[in-house]
Amino acid sequence: MSWLTEYVRPKIRTLLRREDVPDNLWVQCPACQQMMFHTEVEKHLKVCTHCGHHMRASADDRLRWTFDGGTFSRIELPKVPADPLRFRDSQRYADRLRGAREKTHHDDALLVAHGTIGGQRAVVAVMDFDFMGGSMGAAVGEGIVAAAKLAVLQDAPLIVFTASGGARMQEGAISLMQMPRTTIATRLVKEAGLPFIVVLTDPTTGGVTASFAMLGDIQIAEPGAMIGFAGARVIEQTVREKLPEGFQRAEYLHEHGIVDMVVKRTELAATLARLILLLRVKDLEAA
Amino acid sequence: MRHFLEFEKPIAELESKIEELRKMSEADGLNIAEEVAKLTEKHDRLLRATYAKLTAWQKTQVARHEDRPKTGDYVRALITEFTPLAGDRAFADDAAVVGGLGRFRGRSVAVIGTERGSDTDSRVKSNFGMARPEGYRKARRLIELAGRFGLPVLTFVDTFGAFPGIDAEARGQAEAIARSIEACLEAPVPVVVTIIGEGGSGGAMALAAGDTVLMLEHAVYSVITPEGCAAILWKEASQAAAAAEALKITADDLKRLGLIDAIVPEPLGGAHRDAETTIAAVGDAIAAALAPLLALDAPARTARRRDKFLEMGREPPA
Ligand SMILES: [Zn+2]
Repeated sequence: MSWLTEYVRPKIRTLLRREDVPDNLWVQCPACQQMMFHTEVEKHLKVCTHCGHHMRASADDRLRWTFDGGTFSRIELPKVPADPLRFRDSQRYADRLRGAREKTHHDDALLVAHGTIGGQRAVVAVMDFDFMGGSMGAAVGEGIVAAAKLAVLQDAPLIVFTASGGARMQEGAISLMQMPRTTIATRLVKEAGLPFIVVLTDPTTGGVTASFAMLGDIQIAEPGAMIGFAGARVIEQTVREKLPEGFQRAEYLHEHGIVDMVVKRTELAATLARLILLLRVKDLEAA
Repeated sequence: MRHFLEFEKPIAELESKIEELRKMSEADGLNIAEEVAKLTEKHDRLLRATYAKLTAWQKTQVARHEDRPKTGDYVRALITEFTPLAGDRAFADDAAVVGGLGRFRGRSVAVIGTERGSDTDSRVKSNFGMARPEGYRKARRLIELAGRFGLPVLTFVDTFGAFPGIDAEARGQAEAIARSIEACLEAPVPVVVTIIGEGGSGGAMALAAGDTVLMLEHAVYSVITPEGCAAILWKEASQAAAAAEALKITADDLKRLGLIDAIVPEPLGGAHRDAETTIAAVGDAIAAALAPLLALDAPARTARRRDKFLEMGREPPA
């Protein structure tokens, strides 16, 4: 388990890695079409100041916004065999992977880091939707397992931010097996008496939803996030019915009792900190 | 009347020729035994050759064949005193998931399986094997029941996938599947899974996280249907054959990738040509899988099950 030693000598990343955008760039809200200054949008965690729409955020954003002071240490995730099926459609999977790595500067669709939230140690795993739609193959599955082991090792809660189109088809049934594998990961955390908290972000569907993403002790969703098992188009084609207003949105899931709460991005870190403190009273008393 | 698949056409032609000759000989009292024997030999040769090298897409069609034995057929033939149990205790009973108690070769077991149905009525009733959350919640309930009473769990998987419906989503399809996977993984009793037809995506995985996963020779097991994959990656459903090939969905592929434990051979020409022999072979394979699992104590067995899944995909395929 060589990866476990990695976190002992963490590489504190440049936390405020500036994205290559000039400060005067305008951003248009995809919901209300209002124009805002890029710096203004960043300051409000990519929530529209006019209509409250939660814009898509990067995995790096999530880590920055979640940990105290934006400070955290990322861990190197275990390597898995690349392209085990030698999959090829109109493009080789190997080429798609290379493209995604160049685009995101990440190895695969999951980042894992540790730090503190509200002064409490925590391990956070974040899915990166920009990396092949956040699809789950062996690398993501292995990363979730690694995150769970790190949480147990650090006696820290595990928080997972999901964003995924589902399984990574290019890994065939290997991607399907990530469902039981990540489910085992959640058991490792729970058996250690640690909280497992899921934050569902836009969009989370397919095999990710039908495994670790629905097994949180606490289920949080971001406002407006699309969350479901089957894709809306597939459902529409199957049942030949118009989908109800707000179907598969965070608020719809909340109404149907599938998530505990819908939490605004600006209140998320504080909510996580409060939940951790409320849940871990036993540990705090013992300390 | 046997249903022939597209690629079986030459076989079908030979069969009808043999049949015609037989009828003629009955009517005219002609002795054509030699001719029939020759054609039969040719037919068998062709059948063997065809089924020895089925493509992934052909296997998908065989796996979905309407005459192929379904979960109900296995339960009727392999389980005595079968006592169906119904419902998720919250909303409904889902006919797409059959489950109950019974005896397998004398031993009390819990049986759970996705049921596609074998005629129009039963297909509609079981929603063509596409389960709703209630089905997976029933499965989980029965696995937990089996765990409390020390009964091995036998599951039979044959489904296109979980039902993509408005109601299914509203009642937490994803959560129901996740909990069913968890129940399989956590069961303190042996869990033996058999993929008998189509192992379709998360809807199959819900019942497939077992100690031993058996798969029939011509069954398929995939993260997405070839049609669905073709529509997304090739942008046209007509590329299903190419997608089936690329997805590596056959029993041989899954075995080579280390994702299933054993392949159960099918009779010549597939399970749909001889249900009885197929079911008997599955019964023997389940018995063989169960014996070593029963010899382990519960914590060791559960740990071994976890380790098996955790090891999957870590090493490059052989
Ligand atoms: Zn707006």
